[in-house]
Amino acid sequence: MAHVRVQAEDFDVGRELDALTRGRRDVGALASFVGLVRDANDGHAIQGMTLEHYPGMTESALEDICAQAHARWELLDTLVIHRVGPLVPGDRIVLVGVAGAHRGEAFEACEFIMDYLKTRAPFWKKEDTPGGGRWVDARESDDAAAQRWKG
Amino acid sequence: MVTLLFFASLRESLGLSREQVPLPAGTATVASLVEALRSRGEGWSEAFAPGKPWRVAVNQRMADHATPVKPGDEVAFFPPVTGG
Repeated sequence: MAHVRVQAEDFDVGRELDALTRGRRDVGALASFVGLVRDANDGHAIQGMTLEHYPGMTESALEDICAQAHARWELLDTLVIHRVGPLVPGDRIVLVGVAGAHRGEAFEACEFIMDYLKTRAPFWKKEDTPGGGRWVDARESDDAAAQRWKG
Repeated sequence: MVTLLFFASLRESLGLSREQVPLPAGTATVASLVEALRSRGEGWSEAFAPGKPWRVAVNQRMADHATPVKPGDEVAFFPPVTGG
C-alpha cells in the first residue's frame, strides 16, 4: 500500500501519521520525515519559494518510488504528501511516513523514499531572494545520497 | 503530432509551457526531436546546447536521447529536479 498526495494546502503531521496506523495491530514502527522551507540557502536569504510540478507524472513518480520501497523492505504502509505553489520559511514542504513491523526497515525505507524523491520526482523550486527569483540548482550531494541505494 | 511540455527554468527561458508540433520527417527519437528544436533559433539552441543538463520524459516516464517518439506522445523537457 502507498498513499501519495500532491497539494497546495498544508497538512497536519499528527493526523496523517495517525491515519497510517489507525485500526492496525501489526505496526511496530512508524518512521517519518518532515521537510521545511529554510530562510537561507547557499549563503543568501530566502523570503519564500514557489514549487512547480508536472501534474500526473509527479504523482506516478512518487507512487513508483513507494512501490520500490515496498519491494526492497517488508513494509506495511507508506505515505508521501508533497506541497506545491508558494511557500514561506517555516512552512512544511513534504511528509514521508513509513509503517513497518520493526524500526530498521521503517527508518531505511523513509530515507530511501526521500533520497529518491529528491532526485527522481519532478518538482522544481524557485526561491524569492532579495536579488530576485532564482531557480534552485540540483545538488550533487543529493545524487550521491540516492546512488548509495544502488549497491 | 506530438505534445511538447516545458517546465521550470526551461519554460521561462523559452517563454513556452506547451505546444503541439508535427513530428519532423524522419524523427523517431528524443535525439532527433531535440535536433529539430535546436534549429529553431538562438534561445532554443542555447537551451538545448550540448552539456546543458536538461531531462526528458516521454508519456510521463523518464526517458533519454535514444527513446523513440511516435505520433500522439507527450514529450516533456525540464531541468534536474529539486523537490523535497
